[in-house]
Amino acid sequence: MFGIKKSLLVSIWFMFLTFPLMVIRVDTIEKTVQWRWMNMVYVGVGAFLFSYVWRFLLERKAAGSAVDAPAATVKERFTQRILTDPKMYRPVIAIVLVGAVIFPLIMDTYQVNIMVTALIYVVLGLGLNIVVGLAGLLDLGYVAFYAVGAYAYALLNYHFGLGFWTVLPIGAGLGALFGIMLGFPVLRLRGDYLAIVTLGFGEIIRLVLENWNEFSFGPSGISNIPRPGFFGMAFDMHSATQYLYYLMVAMVLFTIFVVNRLQHSRIGRAWMALREDEIACQAMGIDRTKTKLTAFALGATWAGAVGVIFAAKTTFINPASFTFMESAIILSIVVLGGMGSIVGVMLAAFILVLLPEYLRAFSEYRMLIFGASMVLMMVFRPQGLISNIRKKDAYKRSSDA
Amino acid sequence: MSKLSYPLLDVSNLTMDFGGLRALNGVDLSVKSGEIVALIGPNRAGKTTFFNCITGIYTPTHGDIYISARGDKRRRINGMKPNLVTRHGMARTFQNIRLFPTMTVLENVIVGRHCRTHSGILGAVMRNSRTRREEQESVDRSYELLEKVGLQMFADELAKNLPYGAQRRLEIARSMATDPFILLLDEPAAGMNPQETAELGELVLRIREQEKIAVLLIEHDMKVVMRLSDRIYVVEYGQGIAAGTPEEVSKNPAVIKAYLGEEHDA
Ligand SMILES: Nc1ncnc2c1ncn2[C@@H]1O[C@H](COP(=O)(O)OP(=O)(O)OP(=O)(O)O)[C@@H](O)[C@H]1O
Ligand SMILES: [Mg+2]
Repeated sequence: MFGIKKSLLVSIWFMFLTFPLMVIRVDTIEKTVQWRWMNMVYVGVGAFLFSYVWRFLLERKAAGSAVDAPAATVKERFTQRILTDPKMYRPVIAIVLVGAVIFPLIMDTYQVNIMVTALIYVVLGLGLNIVVGLAGLLDLGYVAFYAVGAYAYALLNYHFGLGFWTVLPIGAGLGALFGIMLGFPVLRLRGDYLAIVTLGFGEIIRLVLENWNEFSFGPSGISNIPRPGFFGMAFDMHSATQYLYYLMVAMVLFTIFVVNRLQHSRIGRAWMALREDEIACQAMGIDRTKTKLTAFALGATWAGAVGVIFAAKTTFINPASFTFMESAIILSIVVLGGMGSIVGVMLAAFILVLLPEYLRAFSEYRMLIFGASMVLMMVFRPQGLISNIRKKDAYKRSSDA
Repeated sequence: MSKLSYPLLDVSNLTMDFGGLRALNGVDLSVKSGEIVALIGPNRAGKTTFFNCITGIYTPTHGDIYISARGDKRRRINGMKPNLVTRHGMARTFQNIRLFPTMTVLENVIVGRHCRTHSGILGAVMRNSRTRREEQESVDRSYELLEKVGLQMFADELAKNLPYGAQRRLEIARSMATDPFILLLDEPAAGMNPQETAELGELVLRIREQEKIAVLLIEHDMKVVMRLSDRIYVVEYGQGIAAGTPEEVSKNPAVIKAYLGEEHDA
């Protein structure tokens, strides 16, 4: 069969490629060469199986999109129903909410802490989703706004003793301001060019924080950042974490509420129009400049706010927390979740943050698994875990209502 | 209308250079209230470039473009941003359909209401009564327009799933949602079958009669052009070579040579 032949070729090629690495070993003490032929067999069999399965899946995918189209739409319809029919999604939401409320009461501090991190990424994902998913502006420097929020709290607290609740809105505002600052120079850029400039922007912010010692205390960072207070009450470690957890749950709910409303508004539609066709969007009387800037600003707001919470959670920040890696993870959350889909982004945030936490044993292979799963996603489900489901009954005529 | 009033659209001496290529060379054109005007010419004559210049996508090298919504005062729109041109009441469709493919048919039309609505970020988040009222008005108006172009049954379909002819009509509905006083249609019948083309002709006439919108259209189908237009402008190699009523133009020797002649050769 053709597939077998191809896979055989692949496996021979891999055996050849890995031969020096996997088979030959020079024992420098005994001054002998070991020939590990068994390794070659493993590589060969592994490569063959992998290639064969890969080919099989690809073929099935191609056949599936051609022949089994109705089956696929039935499946789509099912997810659609779960997500749009109140009878189906209301119980699910209720269960999730109850679970969210009792979670910190039955789990230890470690678990709750991880969950807080996951929730932070949910908000970050939803924020970046405005820029990338809705407005279609590929932003690779999103972590910069997160850093702005975190440093805003750390520095304002250090110098002026401002409390968490005061700085939270300030952090959000600064995030928006920096979003606009990034937005202006990149107004004319699109696609790859936009991605590169935003990536540079993120790196600039990080490098400034790393090198401007007088301002940001450089690589050593800032420690002893106070946790959020509750009317002057001090907490022990566990209840402080619980408190942060509930704070983050509230933050996530607030974000979902706002993003959902923005998405189904005049501005949200302008963002989508901009994403779909910039020229047609302008021809419909939409101001491109204003629309892009609001997207950058409203996306960055969430990163700024959540940055403040991050600083309060870790009580210590330094520039190492805000590398490009973070931007990449947040972007992966948006892409994996399905551009523009709120539920998808939340799901992806949990998967991408919790899995590596619980798979600590595989931490060496983390990036490898990460990369492989991204490739697999793009090949087999480019629309994301949950593709953006259009609410069909969102617009009713007044005569029908 | 008094003699003194300005035409809705008044273009004079429009010239557009792309590097060394002069795509338009001193073209004059005007559209008066209630008119359907056609702009015709062989392939690559510069018709689409003309649309792009007057809608702000390109800034013309020379020339004047004036628009006037009511004829009392006119506005020079050279180099104005496309979104402002639309806001001032001149809307267009595109030769190579430019819908918002993964938005629904209805949403496509609602987007056209953008420049006639006002609610901002705060309104969107609070969803106050003013925003809700405005939103409802947009939805109602958009359904109405979909009915006018005969697409109401597709309201919730994604735009990309519509058949070709329906996509062209959706583009028309979307541009009408911006409440224009003049509509520019770039080859609206391209790729349509004879029945669709006939329906499109009816639609353009209805737009003029019922909506009181003047129409400037680029079209290759001479049957459509002759039936619909009050006046015709002919361009060739970026140069205006004739203008007049359909009879005048179809008898004009330069036009027969440049345009109809070419068709006979083909
Ligand atoms: N952005 C541009 N840059 C350079 N040249 C251009 C540009 N746009 C149009 N042209 C050139 O201008 C000339 C006129 O093109 P245009 O698209 O206006 O023709 P048209 O009359 O619309 O033709 P068709 O009937 O095929 O649509 C062509 O030679 C084209 O190559
Ligand atoms: Mg053209």
